[in-house]
Formats: sequence, C-alpha cells, structure tokens
Amino acid sequence: MTVQAKSLALPKSKMIENLGRNWYKFSRNPMSIVGLCTVLLVVFLAVFAPLVAPYPKHAGKFVDFANASLPPCRRYLFGTDVIGRDILSRIFFGFRFSLTMGVVVLSLVVPPGVTLGLIAGYSQGTWIETVIMRITDIFLAVPPLVLALAICSVLTPNLFNAMIAVSLMWWPWYTRLVYGLASTLRNEFFVNSAEALGASKFHIIFKEILPNCISPIFTKMSLDMAWVILLGASLSFVGLGVQPPKPGLGTMVSGGRNYLPEQWWISVFPALAIVVVVLGFNLLGDGLRDMLAAEEV
Amino acid sequence: MKPTDILTFTDLKKYFVIGYNGILKREPITVKAVDGVSFAVREGETFGLVGESGSGKSTVAYTTIGMYRPTEGSISFRGQSLFDGNKGRPLALKKEIQIVFQDPGSSLNPRRTIKQILELPLQIHRRDENRLEQVVQLLEMVELPPDYMYKYPQMVGGGEKQMVAIARALATGPSFIILDEPTSALDVSIQGKIINLLIRLQNEFHLSYLFITHDLSLMRNVASRVAIMYLGKICEVAEAAEFFRNPYHPYTRMLLSSIPVVSEEEEKLKPQKIISTGEIPSPVNIPSGCSFHLRCPQKMEICSQVDPVMVEMEEGHTVRCHLYGQPD
Amino acid sequence: MSTPSLLDIKDLHVHFDVYGGTLKVLDGVNFTVHSGEKVGLVGETGCGKTTTMKSILRILPMPPARIPGGEIYFKGQDVLKMGGDELRRMRSEGISMIFQDPTTALNPVFTVGQQLEAVVKYSIEGKKLSRKEIREQAIIPLKEVSMPDPERMMGSYPIQLSGGMRQRVCIAMALVASRELLIADEPGTSLDVTIQDQILRLLHQLVEEKNVSVILITHTLGVVREMTDRVYVMYAGNMVEAAATEELFANPLHPYTHGLMAAVPRLTGGGVSDGIPGRIPDYLNPPPGCRFHPRCDHAMDICRQEKPAFYKLGENHEVACFLYRDGEK
Repeated sequence: MTVQAKSLALPKSKMIENLGRNWYKFSRNPMSIVGLCTVLLVVFLAVFAPLVAPYPKHAGKFVDFANASLPPCRRYLFGTDVIGRDILSRIFFGFRFSLTMGVVVLSLVVPPGVTLGLIAGYSQGTWIETVIMRITDIFLAVPPLVLALAICSVLTPNLFNAMIAVSLMWWPWYTRLVYGLASTLRNEFFVNSAEALGASKFHIIFKEILPNCISPIFTKMSLDMAWVILLGASLSFVGLGVQPPKPGLGTMVSGGRNYLPEQWWISVFPALAIVVVVLGFNLLGDGLRDMLAAEEV
Repeated sequence: MKPTDILTFTDLKKYFVIGYNGILKREPITVKAVDGVSFAVREGETFGLVGESGSGKSTVAYTTIGMYRPTEGSISFRGQSLFDGNKGRPLALKKEIQIVFQDPGSSLNPRRTIKQILELPLQIHRRDENRLEQVVQLLEMVELPPDYMYKYPQMVGGGEKQMVAIARALATGPSFIILDEPTSALDVSIQGKIINLLIRLQNEFHLSYLFITHDLSLMRNVASRVAIMYLGKICEVAEAAEFFRNPYHPYTRMLLSSIPVVSEEEEKLKPQKIISTGEIPSPVNIPSGCSFHLRCPQKMEICSQVDPVMVEMEEGHTVRCHLYGQPD
Repeated sequence: MSTPSLLDIKDLHVHFDVYGGTLKVLDGVNFTVHSGEKVGLVGETGCGKTTTMKSILRILPMPPARIPGGEIYFKGQDVLKMGGDELRRMRSEGISMIFQDPTTALNPVFTVGQQLEAVVKYSIEGKKLSRKEIREQAIIPLKEVSMPDPERMMGSYPIQLSGGMRQRVCIAMALVASRELLIADEPGTSLDVTIQDQILRLLHQLVEEKNVSVILITHTLGVVREMTDRVYVMYAGNMVEAAATEELFANPLHPYTHGLMAAVPRLTGGGVSDGIPGRIPDYLNPPPGCRFHPRCDHAMDICRQEKPAFYKLGENHEVACFLYRDGEK
C-alpha cells in the first residue's frame, strides 16, 4: 500500500466536524451565546470606535460648554458630561482601555504563571516545587488591592502602571491552578508511558500535561478578563489608573460622582457599560467551560 | 544468569514509606510492596505473573519500566543492570523494554491524536524521515485502518485503544514488553483478538513478555511459565501446564478453586474448593512468619514463626511453603 | 410459570439526544423477574444493561434521555407513570441497586454509620424514630453481611476499608428496610477473585434467607453459571436469548451467545479464540433488522430487513433469531 505524502495537519473535514461539535456543546446554554455576542459587540465597538462612534473627537481634548450636561436625547443618546462630551462615544473609546488592560495583563500573567505551575506540578517532591510554591504563597499573602494601590501611588498614575501593578499580583493564581492540575496529571499513565518511551521533560510538560490543563485555564482567563477590567475600573475610579481627560470607564464614573443624582447619566451609563462587559465575559467563560469539558460517551 | 535469560530479577525489594508513627520518635510506616523477588524470564517466552491486589505484581512491573527505583536488589537486562547509580536509564535501554498498561483510557493522552501518540516514540528513537509511513505501518501491524491516526482516543473502542497502546510499545523496536493486565478492562469478545495479536507479534518480532493478570483461565492459555505472588513474595513457580495440573502451595490451590468456569469439564480440573476466609491483610501489617498463615487451611505451628524459603520440588517447579520441608 | 412477576419490562425503548442525532440505545427490551428468582443479565460494554436498570429506577438523566415507548411494571404498578411519593417508596422499600465500583458508590466524607443511617431515615418516612433506634436499625444489615466488628465499622470512613468490605457496606445499604428486588451491577468485578467469590456467596446466602430477588448484571459468564437460575443475554439494546441457566450453558442457541461462550478462555488450555469480529453498532445509525446481523455468520436476507421476535423453544428457552423461527433448526 503506497502512501502519498499528505499534509501533516488534520484534514479539513475533521476540523469542521470538531468545530460543529464544539459549537453544539457551547450553545447548550443560551446565556453563553448572549455572553459571546456581548463580548463580540464590545470588541467590535472598541476596535472600530473611530468609525462607529457618533462623535469620535469627544474622546480626546474637546470642550463644548454650549452642549454641556445634556440628558439623553436624540442627538446624544447617552447624554453629555459637564464639558459637553458625548458619553456614548466616550464609552466606545473607554472599551479600548478596558480591553487593553485585560489583554495586556493576561498576556503578561498567563505564560509565566502557567509555566511555573507546570514545572512545580511535575517536579513533585523536589526543591524546585518547594521554591516555586513558597514564592507563590508569599505573593498570594499580600492583599491585592493594597499592593496595587501602593504600586500605583509610588509610580506615576496611568494605565500602564496600573497594568504592571495588577499583573504582579495576578500571576500566582495561575500557578496555583495549574500546579493542582499538573500534580494530579503527573501520575497519569500516559505520562508514565511517555517517560518510559524516553520523552524529554520539556515534551512531557508542554505536550502531554499542558493540553489537559487548557480547559480550566481558558475558563479562568475569560472570567479574569471580567475581574481585571473591573479592577482597572476601580483603580481609575480612585484616580490611579486612566487619568482624565482620557475616557476610562472607571474614570468616567468617578468624574460624574459629584453630579449625582440630578445628572445621573454621567456616571450611570459608564457604570452600566462596565456591568455589560463584565457580565459578557462571565457568560462567555461559562460557555467555554461547557465547550471544553471532556465528552462523555 | 543463564545465557538465554533476558531479564533477571535478583532479590528485588521495593518498600514505600507512607507516613510516620508518633510525634517524637517518628517511626516510618513502611509498605513492603515487593519483598525479595527473584526469577528470570527467558528469551522468547511469556512469563506469567499472577496475584491479587496488594501482591506486588504491578509494583514489579512499574519498577522494571523505571517508574520506581528498587529499595534493594537488582534487575538486569541481558546482564546489564537497569539501575546504574543515580543516573537515569539510557535511551538505548529504554528502547528495549516497553510496557502496555491495563487501562487504555488513561494510558493514551485524550488531548493528542493517535498519530501524535505514535509519532512520539518514532521521534525519540528513530531519526529517519517519512514518519507518516511509519505510523501507517504501525497501525497495520495491529490491524487498524490508516485513517484512525486522525482520531482521538475517546473516539475508538476499548479494544482499539489497547491496540494503539501495543503499537506504541512496538514503535521503539523493543525486545521485552511488560503487559500489565492488558485485557482486564476489555470485553471477552475482544480479548481474544488482542491476545492472539500479541502472540503473533511475539513470533514475528522475537519478543519476550512479562504477562501480568489475575485471570487464571487466560493465563493458562498464554503463559509458558507462571509465578504466583502473595504480599510481595513469590509462592510458587512452574511451567504453565504443571502449575494448573499439580499446584503445591495452598494459596495457589485456593485461587484455582475460586475461578468461575463455564463448563463441567473445567470444573473437574479445579482443585477441591477452598473457601477463603477473612480479608487480604494490608501490606502494612504483614503477618509474622509465612505471610499467608492467617488464611491458610493447612497452617502448622512453624508457619507463624518462620518464613519459608523456596524449594525445588521438580525440575522447573519451585514452591515456598513449610508443607514441603526445607532442603537438607 | 404462573407466579405473578415482580418486575416486568415490556418493549422498552430508550433514546438519547446528542450532537449529531439520536442514540437509539434500547430497542424494545423485554425482561421479567419473578419473586425469589436470581436472574442474570449478561452483555458487554455498551449493550444497554446499565441503561435498562437505571430506567427501572428512573435515575436516567432525562434530557438527554427519552423514553419513547414501552412499559415497566413493578408489583403490578406502572413505574413510568409513578408520581414522586410512589417513586420514592419504590426506591426506598422495593428496589435497591448495588453499583459496580464500591469506591465511588460510597461518599468519602461520611462514615459508614452516617451513610447507613441516612438510608434508614429515607425508608421510615413518616414514622418517628429516635436516634438510638435509627442506629440500631442501621447496624442490622451490617451484621447480616457478616461484617467483622460492626460497631467499629459504623465509625469508619470508606477509605479505611478494603474493597471487599466496601462492597459489603454497599450490599448492607441495599438491604435496609427489607427490599424485594436487588439489582447488583457487576458485584466484585473490581475486586480480587477470592473476594469476589466471598461476595457472591454472601449474595447467594442472603437470597436464600430473605427471599429477595436478584438481578445480577455481569459480563463474566462463569459468574452467571454459578449464581443464577435464569439468564438473559443482551446485545445492542435487545434481549437476544433468555433461558434457565443450566439450559443456556448446555445448549446456547443465539449466534451471539455462541460467540461469547467460544471467546471465554478455558482452563483446559488450547489457546484463545479470536472472539467475535466487528464492533457493537453505532447507536446513531443502527443496522436495520436484527442488530447483530453484520457480525453474524448465519445472517440471512430477512435478518437485514426485519427484527426477529422472541421465539419460544421448549419450556424455558427463548431466542430472538430467525434461525429458530420455526422451532429447533
């Protein structure tokens, strides 16, 4: 039997079948679809903000006292703030800060956190495990918000430093999560088989153990997006994150504080926007968890 | 070591410390999983290892494959020790000895395709190109169609998973394969196919097998020699037909009398029924003297005091029991 | 036999809705148990035996499972139409199930005593018993299963017990409040052969003493031969043969039963037969007609088109196979 040199990737028909099967699992719960649509909408608005926002210039330095503090109306769907900027447009741009925060923090946190967890889990019983886990414990012992506040108040308050602060206290959670998974998986027979075959430690950690941890990691990442965004908004709210006049969502809520309850729209709409983003990622996370769950025959 | 011996076990011991007693003195609590096992597997034979849970048969397998290091004693492959100082086992030795585990569901990584699973040993031990063709060859060896390589393990049946596990073990080109209850998790209608496949492969590639199972009827049809273990020690060793026709050790007789068989013919072959009383003692609390004396229907006084040694009753048939005296 | 049946399953169909369609698992199952009988149910993985048993107790997850047809009667009552109270009574006083793996069937964070007492509490609905009385009721079954030192067992956690003892605890739990029907799903399969022997012996003894009926589910033919009065052989969601145990082993009729018997390794030696070629059918698209025909050496045209009924051959022997449509072939 001759074998033509086929491509080494999975054939197309299998990939489509896998996709269909995953969608089926994901869509069992309609709320997951709601979450997915919400997140896609937010991403779309953030990416294309300059094109879809009715008043893109309002996101930057802009003043229009003639139209200040207008309640929601046809021209300004969410009203305007005290210096006349359209809140709806600023929210779209605000999503950019939120998403950037989430993406950057997770990109900084997940690779090292997961890698340390894998190494610690595989090296059970050795000094490597002890060292890694004790360092993790130390970081986890520090109250997170306090650490973030401390860092931000020492450095110049801005989005970048807020991201650094949050990253420094976020990575241990991934290490803990993956450590628990990896130390159980380490004793599975397929790992023993790989060792018996002579596979390298690198292969076992990244090609055998890691793929079995993907599901909880992705679920956590999705839920973490919500947390990080919320944390970023909180930092901005107390003045340590996005600085005015930039349209961070938390900053906007803070900016409207003094005008409640008469000019409620200045704080409420940005707050609702935060709720929508956070809720969207939470629901998406639930859906991902369902989709990545192992199948029962 | 005879020239035809491929794997020799010399007084192998494996103890595990599972905890500590007391606060000040901290006496270690030891499980003597394997407590002085010696035997040799000859080239080309299928050596059967029988025993119940706690007997240590799986520990013997796992130590041989390198998952554990022996506490005492040694295992040698064609005269070369498997455990050389503190270094890991060299790749050349890993290539020679492979294992097929009991549960194919957990011995194949559910997140890797069959192709990736079979490629791993090829990547490590065979540097040549054209891996795709080699994977197809491996699948053909175990009578699976080539398009199975794109499947994940969960998509195929238990028997087929086990065939993939066997193909993986063959991929390194080994001389010795440990089969740890290879068909226990499978249905009886598939079992035969796997067993006959293993026998065919043995003949084709001149393999030697260490076959571990608790199914005595299966053992009767597969092994050329059988050893029975109880609480970490070997009780009896004999050629297969002799083992079943003329068992000496009371434990062997007890096991043989409990086998559920499907025909009258087979009933007649079983030794007289010995009802096992009591539980299997835990390997933490091994009774003194002969470890089997608490359950033995033919216990004598000496059995609770002195541990018997292995005695040769006939050529190739050894037993470790006070009923059969000590050599002068 | 004119004794009224304890359990009667008629033409039961069970389907599961999954990605890609519907798994038509049970395809018209017929199954009867009389009072005081020990009935064996033999079949391989995936044939539907556990699904059948779960249907009796109505513990199948209802989506994705559905019951599009068939009836189950327990002591004359329609199980599928039972309301909450009746169902609970049936489960606490009528039928109990001993699951396959005693390690996962027991809750690891509660002691044996707590778990037994919980079962007692469910079964005495309405009646008020003091804590002492509940405990006394809970110890009784432990003594019945010959547990060494039952008082100390009550305070032990499952993880402190050996596999054999855990299985005995499961049996004890099933015996609380004199049940009439015990469903034992592969008892002792995960245990050693000598311990399995003990467990089966225990079940035998209990059946004799308490006149309890037993459904013994297993894939080991040898166990069935030693333990049961009557046997059903199941394949891919259908009963294919039913007979008195002695009769079945002396004279297996259905080609699948033949295949199973031939596949068992014998103590007499002679090698191992290759087993039955092929695989169990895909329940998404099961073969038309007789579900065994793709693997059957004697398949005829009609087998590919129609499903055989249960044909009676003699006093106590029925086969679902066209070979026997007109009596002995």
